[in-house]
Amino acid sequence: MYKFISSLLIGLSLGAIYSLMSISLVLVWRSTRVVNFAQAGQAIVSTYIAYEVVNRTGSFWLAFIVAILAGALLGAIVDRYFMRPLFKRVTTGPIVAIAPVVATLGLLGILRAIVGFIWGVELKPIAAPVSLDGYSLGSEVLPFAPYNALVILIVAIVLIVLSLLFQKTNLGLSLRASAFSPEIARLSGVRVNEIRTLGWAIAGAAGAIAGILATPTSYLSPNSLDILLVFGFAAAVIGGLESMVGAVVGGLVLGLGVTFVSNYVSTSLIFPTAFVFLIVILLVRPSGIVAGKRSRRA
Amino acid sequence: MSLVVSNLSVDHGAIRAVSGVSFTVESGKIAAIIGSNGAGKTTLLRTLSGLKSATHGSAQWNDHDLFSVKPEFNVRHGIAHVGEGKSVIAELSVEENLHLGAIWRKNKKEMKSTQLDVIELFPILGERIKQRADTLSGGERQMLAIGRALMSRPQLLLLDEPSLGLAPLVIEQIFQTIKSLRDQMSLTVVLVEQNALGALEIADTGIALNLGKVVVAGSAQSLLNDPAVRAAYLGY
Ligand SMILES: Nc1ncnc2c1ncn2[C@@H]1O[C@H](COP(=O)(O)OP(=O)(O)OP(=O)(O)O)[C@@H](O)[C@H]1O
Ligand SMILES: [Mg+2]
Repeated sequence: MYKFISSLLIGLSLGAIYSLMSISLVLVWRSTRVVNFAQAGQAIVSTYIAYEVVNRTGSFWLAFIVAILAGALLGAIVDRYFMRPLFKRVTTGPIVAIAPVVATLGLLGILRAIVGFIWGVELKPIAAPVSLDGYSLGSEVLPFAPYNALVILIVAIVLIVLSLLFQKTNLGLSLRASAFSPEIARLSGVRVNEIRTLGWAIAGAAGAIAGILATPTSYLSPNSLDILLVFGFAAAVIGGLESMVGAVVGGLVLGLGVTFVSNYVSTSLIFPTAFVFLIVILLVRPSGIVAGKRSRRA
Repeated sequence: MSLVVSNLSVDHGAIRAVSGVSFTVESGKIAAIIGSNGAGKTTLLRTLSGLKSATHGSAQWNDHDLFSVKPEFNVRHGIAHVGEGKSVIAELSVEENLHLGAIWRKNKKEMKSTQLDVIELFPILGERIKQRADTLSGGERQMLAIGRALMSRPQLLLLDEPSLGLAPLVIEQIFQTIKSLRDQMSLTVVLVEQNALGALEIADTGIALNLGKVVVAGSAQSLLNDPAVRAAYLGY
């Protein structure tokens, strides 16, 4: 029972972080039809910046805010000065399908190299703002710590803010309309290019939050967030790639699945578990687990 | 006050889809543009709203040069385009589709009152207001597409085959609504149609396109009486 509850809670906090990365990939995919592999690179840059802020000021929360802003700015820059010119130049031939993949993978490599050049390759820690020591339950100490609870809380807040933004505001309507039908959005007076860049900024901010939240329980290195990208991508596909609700459900399913398998079977099965989930979903429900009448909402 | 299109040519790569087209639509009038598949009607409308760029020629709506700005800014000059094939966003609700049409105005109060006007015009949209657009029937979707365009309070409405794929009774209703937009709100309408008879019956002027060129132009009545037009487009 104790093991079950602790797996559940740890799975949720892990899944919460996957969800954010997954949302970030979904937002970009549905507005630009690009799987943004560079998101791990953007998040690593913002997380290193956060590391510097924590080092200099000692404030995790200041670093958290700075990371969000840096992530948003980077996302906007990548779209405006990288993807937009790319789509303008590359318009015909088989290269159209592959160019964005090459571009975002290339950018991931470049961002990692820049980070390695500035900060070196040794592991850097970011201290957690609250304890990493597990809660105790009678004589047992759970692996679930106040920090894990904080992660769940922050992600829940971020998700509520995002869903209010997307469902209740004019900006959210513009973002959804531009993603689902750029032409109708444009004819309705939405400045689609600017809105898309804003979408990349929001995605960048979500990825940055995932990056800084994932780091206190491990270490920072130029490729320490690559795993997060893989799980975020798997979660996005499990959720059907189009829906933010799907992204969250996919992230939670994956976080729980991975935690239960590693606690009850073997830690060496973490990666295979993710891919088993991915492949089963692709075979059984290629449009994602939340697909159905309302799946493309959110 | 008029739409003046002069010597307009538009290419799709090597294909000239619109070729030296000129016409004028007086303010508050309906111009029907008829022609069979591939005549260049859609290309013409897409060029007017700015979705497609012209190769030669010009188009003016009053003092505004339609080709000087992107489509998202043409709508700010009172020009609304309803694309071919029930142009609504399936993933959004009826209400969201309507709000989208007024989004650039950034005026919630005005948006609400315009929405009431649109629902008065198409009461069924009021009944379906919270439903997703892809749950609507074809006729309802076309009404929503027109409603979305009206939400921007346009002066010039560009309609691309609103009757496409609809039942005769619904077509009649849509045409009557277009007529009432002219008669009651003095909207100027460019109505692209393959349903030539229905379109010419409500239009003031008519233009027949073939292979991108104007073959006949004149008052709607004169087109209805023209033996060549009757044979080619009206089938009697
Ligand atoms: N995107 C495109 N790329 C290449 N050629 C095109 C494109 N769109 C239209 N064309 C060509 O331009 C010509 C005019 O097409 P357009 O769609 O304007 O005709 P239309 O009068 O609207 O026809 P319909 O009544 O079938 O809608 C056709 O020969 C068509 O094949
Ligand atoms: Mg057409």
